[in-house]
Amino acid sequence: MNIINIEHIAKIYQVGTEEVHALRDVSLKINKNEYVAIMGPSGSGKSTLMNILGCLDTPTKGLYDFNRVNVSQMNDNELAAIRNKKIGFVFQTFNLLPRSDALHNVELPLIYAGISSAERKQKARQVLEQVGLGDRMHHKPNELSGGQKQRVAIARALVTEPSIILADEPTGNLDTKTGEDIMALFNEIYEQGNTIILVTHEEYIAEHAERIIRIRDGLIEKDEIVSSRFVPNKNGASKI
Amino acid sequence: MPIKIIIIEFGEILSIAFRAIRANKLRSILTTLGIIIGIVAVTTMSTAIVGLREAFISSISSFGTDVLYVDKMPWFAMGDWSMYRNRKDITLEQYEKLRHGLRNYEAMAPNKRTFAVNIKRKGKSVTSTLVYGTTEEYQKTSQVMLEEGRFMSELDVKAARKVCIIGKDIAKELFPFESPINKDIQVKGVPMKVIGVLEKQGSGFLGSFSLDGQIIMPLKVFETLIGEARGRLRIDIKIGDVTKLDEATEEIIAAMRVIRKVPPGKPDDFAVNQQEAFKQIYDQTVGVIAIAGVVITALSLFVGAIGIMNIMFVSVTERTKEIGIRKAIGAKTWSILFQFLTEAAVICLIGGIIGLLISFPLSLVINQFLPTAMPLHIVFLALVISALVGVISGFLPAWKASRLNPVDSLRYE
Repeated sequence: MNIINIEHIAKIYQVGTEEVHALRDVSLKINKNEYVAIMGPSGSGKSTLMNILGCLDTPTKGLYDFNRVNVSQMNDNELAAIRNKKIGFVFQTFNLLPRSDALHNVELPLIYAGISSAERKQKARQVLEQVGLGDRMHHKPNELSGGQKQRVAIARALVTEPSIILADEPTGNLDTKTGEDIMALFNEIYEQGNTIILVTHEEYIAEHAERIIRIRDGLIEKDEIVSSRFVPNKNGASKI
Repeated sequence: MPIKIIIIEFGEILSIAFRAIRANKLRSILTTLGIIIGIVAVTTMSTAIVGLREAFISSISSFGTDVLYVDKMPWFAMGDWSMYRNRKDITLEQYEKLRHGLRNYEAMAPNKRTFAVNIKRKGKSVTSTLVYGTTEEYQKTSQVMLEEGRFMSELDVKAARKVCIIGKDIAKELFPFESPINKDIQVKGVPMKVIGVLEKQGSGFLGSFSLDGQIIMPLKVFETLIGEARGRLRIDIKIGDVTKLDEATEEIIAAMRVIRKVPPGKPDDFAVNQQEAFKQIYDQTVGVIAIAGVVITALSLFVGAIGIMNIMFVSVTERTKEIGIRKAIGAKTWSILFQFLTEAAVICLIGGIIGLLISFPLSLVINQFLPTAMPLHIVFLALVISALVGVISGFLPAWKASRLNPVDSLRYE
């Protein structure tokens, strides 16, 4: 089943008098429970693609069906509702609210979804325990390590049980060891049946996915299944 | 938008507001100060103005609402004063003619007044007096109440008996231990018998004069003792029906023109005054000044509002990233708008409450001079206004925040 179906998408920015073609013509299908990495050098258009996939932005041209609903012409509030319920974001810089504790950060999407306090606290606790932060719920981001912050962010992405998890350079601000732990967590999440889209420019991170889409100059350069997928586990990394 | 979501989000929005205010304590205090000063200024000023008006109205209540006062000059003269001063006095003869010519009235009392006549009794004396020479019908036109004794009778007036009715203050001063009734007092050396004591009436506007210092006597006695030329004659006419005042005024003017032989086309050489004129002139002069006062003090609130707007713009810029995060995970445009509006309103409401806590004791101080406490509606209004100031001054920054593009704001550092 297609979760994402984009056809001939283009994104053109107006910079001064010049038109910048961030995406020229991209078509792409992503199925349920796929683990996709989007790769490309800076300026390739991968960030633009990620923003469009994440419904943070709309394409200038082309069609985007998300869960069989055309989202390419939706207004800000309709997109916000899609992001809230169907997409979980994990960012390179974690993007947690600094003045709120871990629990409240995880609760946040549920607040905007209109879930009552008791229910969202229970869900948030459950997800925080799942990512291994059961004992850090009332810590604020500045009391957490980088890896712990990213786990909070992952919990926040998971708490609404979204259709896709969109991770933008999730290990970019972490050391290699912590990065591996986070990738192991993503693997677990994937194996529970989630769909993950990973944006990265690191080859060894991309190899955790089962499919790599390479972007260059606003076009898909290559879309391939990873032959030797790298499956991390808690006792260390190993290759299939 | 389901109500449930709004309620759930409102809890979050309020807690964000309080957290943001606490996170920037000094800034919040300074911003709130602008609103505090504004609210203190506006509420104190309004309280003073309401008190001033109440004091004024209670001071003119000695003039009946259904009584017309025919006088040589209007109470509130516009233009050249000498024009009125040179008019001929109203005479007793004219009063008699008016009395016979006029049909619809309840009572009519000609009267003369003068101030500061020295009154003595066995070595004691009172100087701050207000002396009236009039007739028995003055009791009806002035609605004075007697505490003791009786008012003048028709016979007292006709026979020019040396009798008088005295105010409460004079009674206390001259007769501290006994009833003044049927005792003599000396007015300009002439003994006069006290036949009545008036009920206490209280002082006039800002204590300017005291109605309890009045002494009422037959008109002819007044003219003999004080002098015929002193105190110009006025005719007080009780109509008995407030709704017929205009009609009666016209009738009186027509009659007086004939009596005083004013040629057709010439302006009246007399005036028919009424209590309402006091209120009108008060509202026209003091009222206008009062409104100006409120407007000027409201400017301080306006300055406070600008401060709020300024700080909210700073806050929005500082929290661009937070806005981006909230939007990315599903906050809608109105959620962000509402969040910043609430923050501004909360700051202003806190300012309003503190402002009221300061201005309430101030109003008690004002109460020492004016008969007023801070009216409840001003308290309520102050809170509504402060919240409104927050919403209005917070609107532009909140609007800016709600329109931020999530992609750009997430990238903001």
